[in-house]
Amino acid sequence: MKLAASIALSHLLSRRRQTLVSLAGIGLGVAFFLAVSALMRGSEQDFMHRLVDNSAHITVYDEFRQAKPQAAELAAAHGAVEIHGVKPETEVRGIRQYKQKLDFVSRLPGLRVAPVLLGQAIFTFAGKDLGAAINGIEPDLMKNVSTIDQYFVSGSLASLHSDPDGIIIGTGLADKFRAKLGDKISVTSPTGLVRVMKIVALFRTGTASYDDGQTFIILKRAQTLLGRPNVANRFILKLDDPARAPVVAGQIERALGYKTQSWQEASEDIMNLVKIRNIIMYSVVAATLIVAAFGIYNVISTVVLEKTRDIAILKSIGFHARDIRRIFLIEGALLGLVGSVLGTGLGLALMAGLARVEVKSPFITTQAFLPIYWGWDQMALAAAFAMGSALVAAYLPARKGGRVRPVDILRGAA
Amino acid sequence: MSTVLRTESLTRVLPGDVPTTLVENIDLEIARGEFVAIMGPSGSGKSSLLYLLGLLDMPTAGQVWLDDTLTTGLSEDHLAHIRLERIGFVFQFHFLLEEFSALDNVMLPMRKLARLTEEEAHDKASELLHTFGLAEQMHKRPSQMSGGQRQRVAVARALANDPQLILADEPSGSLDTHASANVRDILHDLARNQNRAVVAVTHDPTFAQAADRRIFLVDGQLQPPERAAALFEVSVRH
Repeated sequence: MKLAASIALSHLLSRRRQTLVSLAGIGLGVAFFLAVSALMRGSEQDFMHRLVDNSAHITVYDEFRQAKPQAAELAAAHGAVEIHGVKPETEVRGIRQYKQKLDFVSRLPGLRVAPVLLGQAIFTFAGKDLGAAINGIEPDLMKNVSTIDQYFVSGSLASLHSDPDGIIIGTGLADKFRAKLGDKISVTSPTGLVRVMKIVALFRTGTASYDDGQTFIILKRAQTLLGRPNVANRFILKLDDPARAPVVAGQIERALGYKTQSWQEASEDIMNLVKIRNIIMYSVVAATLIVAAFGIYNVISTVVLEKTRDIAILKSIGFHARDIRRIFLIEGALLGLVGSVLGTGLGLALMAGLARVEVKSPFITTQAFLPIYWGWDQMALAAAFAMGSALVAAYLPARKGGRVRPVDILRGAA
Repeated sequence: MSTVLRTESLTRVLPGDVPTTLVENIDLEIARGEFVAIMGPSGSGKSSLLYLLGLLDMPTAGQVWLDDTLTTGLSEDHLAHIRLERIGFVFQFHFLLEEFSALDNVMLPMRKLARLTEEEAHDKASELLHTFGLAEQMHKRPSQMSGGQRQRVAVARALANDPQLILADEPSGSLDTHASANVRDILHDLARNQNRAVVAVTHDPTFAQAADRRIFLVDGQLQPPERAAALFEVSVRH
């Protein structure tokens, strides 16, 4: 092994230029693989982070996946009778006996839950009417399950405690009304109730539809305003481990009967998109490395061609075909190894460079940089792929070298 | 005299559209301590015979016995091991590894056989190079040496694993008179004083004269002793 390695090394060192070119090929392949992968996975992580953090991990709705069967349908379950003009049954919306159910959910391990009563209302200020959603919340529970607290421009969720008639609105809505903190705004519910509420806090998430369309008030106020005493129609959950969301959601749905949606289910299309994006990325970077592997193949098959005389010498001395194969496989492995090390170094430098690129968005005031994923697993993947393709590329010429018959070479030389 | 090498109706035919017979029906016996020269015009099958004797080529028919081992029919790996252990080769063009020093070239077969430690191999190789007057050249690469020096390194390498049989293919073919005489004397000494069997292919009568026995090939056929003697006389006069 040592002997084969020293012969392999001597071959590579005697052809310095070609060796460097193929090392550069692998190195660049690995480096680009790393840079692209770091960028793609970094942005994916960033994206998922935003998606997972800013949305509820699980939402329990006050609806059922299957509408309740109607009396008419039950009466003629399998009959060849079609009944026209049957309207869905009028049902009281909302999660029934939500407190018990909330209690049940909050006892499950590894999660936090908050009840919400969501409704619509018309907001009137300075002669202008705008519709927006009203979220009736319990601030102390809500801050455990929502990242909204991070986005306050002034005040916080707890500001609702200071004034029972307080309301929190987004800067988008405030701008439309030209309203300021402390301004009083009248809220008209679908049932016709009108209340004057004071703006106690302002938030800005950067998502226009959210900043324009969502408001928060105390749950009790929302229940009276919307005419739904003792009712909540959403449970919002956060898990310690977001990946468990589908399992926990299934568990809750089986227990409560209400439609319970995990974030994965809610954003299935986005998850598919991410998957497709990953497939594209890995095919592109794999192509880079395959091109680099051709460089190795080229170098090693040239070495085999040039060194047929040496192969003949070694074989006549008593080297086996597998000794010869080993020499050239070691050459491939050395090229792959050194190439991956150089490539990883260069790749890290590229990643560090990319991480300093600032992203300027006219809509975001905070400083933002390209998201880079620094995990070691992608480096291991790049190195493993480089080594693998180097060995495959070396195998064909190595096999050819092992098959050289010394007599053929000796006859030609004599 | 104990026999090192024996062949029985050795025949090698190169297959092809027109099969070429390289050597035919060779019966040969070579004993320990014998220096044998194989002679004959070019294309007479001298080298082909040597490759068959050295187990580098497989005969189409007939057998090669080496130290009472029938080698014909053994696997390629097995033959490679026999070559490593029991046969030393010297070729016309020294055939050293260009990237390795003289010392490393000589150590190569020992490292492959791995019977000696690295240190022992080193000592033995430098001792061999010393005996051939190559102490100064030990760490030089083949390209930094003269043809004669390189050929002596090749002989030293052939002796690395102490083989009983040395096969040389035109060992002086590319050397000047002085270097040629030097290599000849070394081979002669290996047979005479070290009791090895040396078989050398040559077309140089001066070289062949030093041998104990000369065999003549014409068109792949071994010539009877009287005819061989006559042919040798002719070649000397030329």
